[in-house]
Amino acid sequence: MSDPSTSPEQSPRDMPTSAAPLAESFAQSFVRPLLRVGALLATTLTLLVALLVVTGHDPAVALRALVRGAFGSWYAITSATLVRAVPLAFTGLAVAVAFRAGLLNIGAEGQLLAGAAAAAGAAALVGPSAGAWAIPLVLVAGVLSGALWAGIAAVLRQRFGVLEVISTIMLNFVALYVVGWLVRGPLQEPSRIYPQSVALPDALHLPVLLPGTRLHLGVALAALLAVYLWWWMRGTAAGFRLRAVGLNAHAAATTGRIDVARVSLLAFLASGALAGLGGAVEYAGVTYALYENFSPGYGYTAIAVALLARLNPAGVLGTALLFGALQAGANAMQRDAGVPVALVNVVEAMLILLVIAGDRLSISNRTRRDRT
Amino acid sequence: MTPFDDFLSATVRTATPLMLAALGECITERSGVINIGLEGAIICGAFAATVAAGSVGVLGGFAAGAAAGVAVALLFALFTVYLRADQIITGTAVTLLSLGLTGLLYKTLYGATGVGLTLPTAGERAVPGLSTIPVIGRALFAQPLITYALYLMVPALAWWFARTHSGLALRAVGESPDAALAAGVRPRRVQAWAVLAGGAFAGVAGATLVLVQSGTFVEGMSAGKGFIAIAIVVLGRWTPFGVAGAALLFGGASALQYLFQSLGFREVPYQLFLALPYLLTLVVLARASARARAPAALARQELTLG
Repeated sequence: MSDPSTSPEQSPRDMPTSAAPLAESFAQSFVRPLLRVGALLATTLTLLVALLVVTGHDPAVALRALVRGAFGSWYAITSATLVRAVPLAFTGLAVAVAFRAGLLNIGAEGQLLAGAAAAAGAAALVGPSAGAWAIPLVLVAGVLSGALWAGIAAVLRQRFGVLEVISTIMLNFVALYVVGWLVRGPLQEPSRIYPQSVALPDALHLPVLLPGTRLHLGVALAALLAVYLWWWMRGTAAGFRLRAVGLNAHAAATTGRIDVARVSLLAFLASGALAGLGGAVEYAGVTYALYENFSPGYGYTAIAVALLARLNPAGVLGTALLFGALQAGANAMQRDAGVPVALVNVVEAMLILLVIAGDRLSISNRTRRDRT
Repeated sequence: MTPFDDFLSATVRTATPLMLAALGECITERSGVINIGLEGAIICGAFAATVAAGSVGVLGGFAAGAAAGVAVALLFALFTVYLRADQIITGTAVTLLSLGLTGLLYKTLYGATGVGLTLPTAGERAVPGLSTIPVIGRALFAQPLITYALYLMVPALAWWFARTHSGLALRAVGESPDAALAAGVRPRRVQAWAVLAGGAFAGVAGATLVLVQSGTFVEGMSAGKGFIAIAIVVLGRWTPFGVAGAALLFGGASALQYLFQSLGFREVPYQLFLALPYLLTLVVLARASARARAPAALARQELTLG
């Protein structure tokens, strides 16, 4: 699960502070993944073509539609691919932080929904006359709600030893039903016809970065957070403690300097907060309303996003972009070539399995080498 | 029939696929492997049953469901038993793969719109005499054959775990693979068979969802039942009779919505009833996990070669 290049033996004091080791660490974080990108893209393409052929579609036609939908125009790049990548980046970061801490949070989906629901609730509370000053309020509501939703699983894990995989998945379903109830009950639009919340007033929309596109402030927010988390994970004592707990909680506890329970709890809350922020950003930047199928499974794709990025926050930006492009392209493929969107979900899952297999095979090769 | 009779019948009916999947997972977990990919085996079983039942009938549908469950379990076993990959992450990936694959194949085979698909279903077979027992008669003895199969399977499994050589070998691997190896048992082989058996049960559970309950396939129709089944195994303390009781509890939670609807509780949002099984899973796990004693080697990655 963990990146072998980050050695757990380093103490927080030895963390790189001067420029040279930081540059080295930059190379480790950015250059090496770039080399992997080639392999990743080739594998993705192979899987796509194979699945298209098996399901009886013309790969040339379908792939052309995919590329057109993802990169075909300035509008496609900024308003489809990049906009799709934003919730994937937030949830991908959420999964990466949790997995790094050894917490298998499969609940980014529910935490994203909780964040979006709270954001819609906050927008309803401040009312239609609120100015742009309320935007941070809406986003903070999402952060807190996501953290709270993850907090349930965190407490169940710590107090009662409940496997977080199962509790977070159950909470995903509960969140789905809570949203279903909200958009037919307390948050439903005033005419009471459609199961969705009242539209977010224009003043509360996240600012659009490039005029004429749908590219909103969230993309900058996601990028800043990813770089910050990358630095935080490598360069701070707190980040070190998080990784130490994830690598070996028992060893971390034995040092007597790391409060494993506290680190786990905070990591779980942070993970939920990131996903919740993603939900609030999606609501205030893209959909402007809450409705039942608010998320097409961002929180599940996020697992692939994080694992393919080797749980590296900076890498998450790259893989989120890849999956953003895939999903934007998948919509075009469905429209123009009749290929079901689910095909991309299959590719995602296969990529996860390939990463797992690759890791295991390289580990067994290494041990074999060590023995001889 | 009173609303309460309906409730009892619905309890047993909705408990049936849960019990099947949970019994399978019970076998798997007793060997020291936790298969989170159970959800994937269920949805693939449901889909295979849909495809097969249209051409070869209900029985063929069940067989196809079992085969699909085994196929999914085989993939999981390849990763976890042989490559010794992390069981939880592999299981999650296998579930995502299964959900995507069934969605893709469903749209490919039955069209993008997903035309209303109606299949032959296995109807209820009331047992003469027994089904006329007051209160519990219809609930227990006016059910499809697959439910009756469970009445035999639960005691048979309990006997197999406790009293047979192979059942003992299974439990030994789950508690201490090293000791099992020393006793001449091959842990990997045992785990592989246990995972495949669990997959077959889950596949049949999926087939039950289609062929007994809904009569059609819906994308994502497993709806977390695989994960609920894992909670049922914990609550049932890894014993067949415990699992059967726990499955009935969850069946009851799902069936509550019918009871409350017929009693006229329309003020309570129906989403609460839909969410009830998932909430119950959380509460049950919180109460049961702390006291539960799982097989000692459950989810252990490293394993002596054998």
